[in-house]
Amino acid sequence: MEDHISLLINNISVVYSDVIQVLKGVSLAIKKGQVVSLLGSNGAGKSTTLKAISGLLKPENGKVTEGFIEYDGVPVQNSSPEEITRKGIIQVLEGRQEFKYLTVEENLRVGTATRWGKPYQKDLELVYHYFPALLARKRSKAGYCSGGELQMLVIGRALMAHPMLLLLDEPSLGLAPILVKEIFQIIRRINHEQGTTLMVVEQNANMALQIANYGYVMENGKIVLESEAEELRENPDVKEFYLGTAASGALKSYKDVKSYKRRKRWL
Amino acid sequence: MEFFLQLLVNGLSLGFLYALSALGFVMIFKSSSVLNLAHGELLAIGAFMFLALSAWANLPIVLAFALTLAGTFALGFVVERLFLRPLIGESLIEVIMLTLGLGIMFKGLLLFIFGGDIHDYPKFLPEGLSLQLGAIQIPSVNVASFIIGIVFVILFGFFFKYSSQGIYMRSVADNQPAALSLGVHVRRVFALSWAIAFIVAAMSGIILGIINGINVHELSAIGLKVFPVVILGGLDSIGGAILGGVIIGLLETFTGGYISTSLREVIPYIVLILILMVRPYGLFGLVEIERV
Repeated sequence: MEDHISLLINNISVVYSDVIQVLKGVSLAIKKGQVVSLLGSNGAGKSTTLKAISGLLKPENGKVTEGFIEYDGVPVQNSSPEEITRKGIIQVLEGRQEFKYLTVEENLRVGTATRWGKPYQKDLELVYHYFPALLARKRSKAGYCSGGELQMLVIGRALMAHPMLLLLDEPSLGLAPILVKEIFQIIRRINHEQGTTLMVVEQNANMALQIANYGYVMENGKIVLESEAEELRENPDVKEFYLGTAASGALKSYKDVKSYKRRKRWL
Repeated sequence: MEFFLQLLVNGLSLGFLYALSALGFVMIFKSSSVLNLAHGELLAIGAFMFLALSAWANLPIVLAFALTLAGTFALGFVVERLFLRPLIGESLIEVIMLTLGLGIMFKGLLLFIFGGDIHDYPKFLPEGLSLQLGAIQIPSVNVASFIIGIVFVILFGFFFKYSSQGIYMRSVADNQPAALSLGVHVRRVFALSWAIAFIVAAMSGIILGIINGINVHELSAIGLKVFPVVILGGLDSIGGAILGGVIIGLLETFTGGYISTSLREVIPYIVLILILMVRPYGLFGLVEIERV
């Protein structure tokens, strides 16, 4: 199993509405059982990369125009989301897209869509095991749950689909630090206990690099940096621009941290 | 008192008929937010298909009925595939205009094939079904519409509330991108909702046909009656469609009985406006859940 590639993205370009190019030659690889994190600021193309994998570009009029995406050695670029989810790739959308008017348990049951008609009771138990908070709320409408509960709900819902590769888009968005910590711990447990391969897109670089084996940094639709997560944590540029800790550790004057004072070396 | 009770019974059975025909409309709206302006024509299609199979092909009633249901179900899939699927992703108003066009096309086809005359089904409802309560007489067709209405409402209620396929349908109505991300077959959900709408419409079309005779113009006009019913009950609520249907049915018969038969058609719309002023989302409509 070691070093077996689960997902391979080779030099893809993504264009929206035939004119707006968002990704310009992105390549990355995810090994089976690993956690890979994808960092970058707003508009860097992180979510687009995830959608290119999961097939959700199509409803937004986007397309992979060059390069290819392979999952388990089979090309999957520009396949429909119905096909891709049935191969075991599930994306958890950014911003907690719950089904407001369905109860928590009904939300989870939608996760069984890829294997309709099969028993799902064990999976419900598994999700409640990871997220006990959901069990208490299983009959209430999802629209009335708190942000933390909703993030647990959408991750749990994706687990119901038995994902082999789980794509998480900003699970920390808008959550209190203590909840972020809890959710990342659970994500790590899912990776360890279920063997699910994970790709985490994050702005919270600190958290993402703590659980990841490998990391990529994106800017302007390109991968600008990649390495083992530990190395990435020690990289002076990542430290300054993403982790917010300067090399010296001492407080610097505002004048010095202005970004034009110190150029990112990869640009 | 007898007159009152007789009106009550008539109103209830008329109301159940409205409710039944509104169900198909609600189905489509719930899953795809499309207002189906061809609903009256769907009633007519079912009614005429049953007429052709029972009276003209001389099939046994039960077989004709089953074939009508199967036929309209299949027709629903075909119509969705041919006309509605190409418009997925286009703006809603275009889809609604398309249903208007579909209605006109269906009406034209039905007039072309069956003509504008009133047709009748052969008598097939057993006389034993009619009820005599004191001085009040409930004709067998009203009893039948009552039973069919209740059975279907319960079936659909269970389908939407508990079955996986029903939950997938509701998830698509709720948040389509999220449903797609979990692998829900959105196009299949739309197709299924059209097929079910065709079936339910056929049922109510047949019952209306038994009561009033089968006529293209009349049946498609009743499609319009669906609007006060569903707007009153809430566009996306099955329970609302039933209550809305019963209220409109009662209002019509009581107005007709006590005030004037010419006001009969107007009163439902007046009450509709009053209710909408108090509850704009209808009696049971979805109250938007908003997070602050």
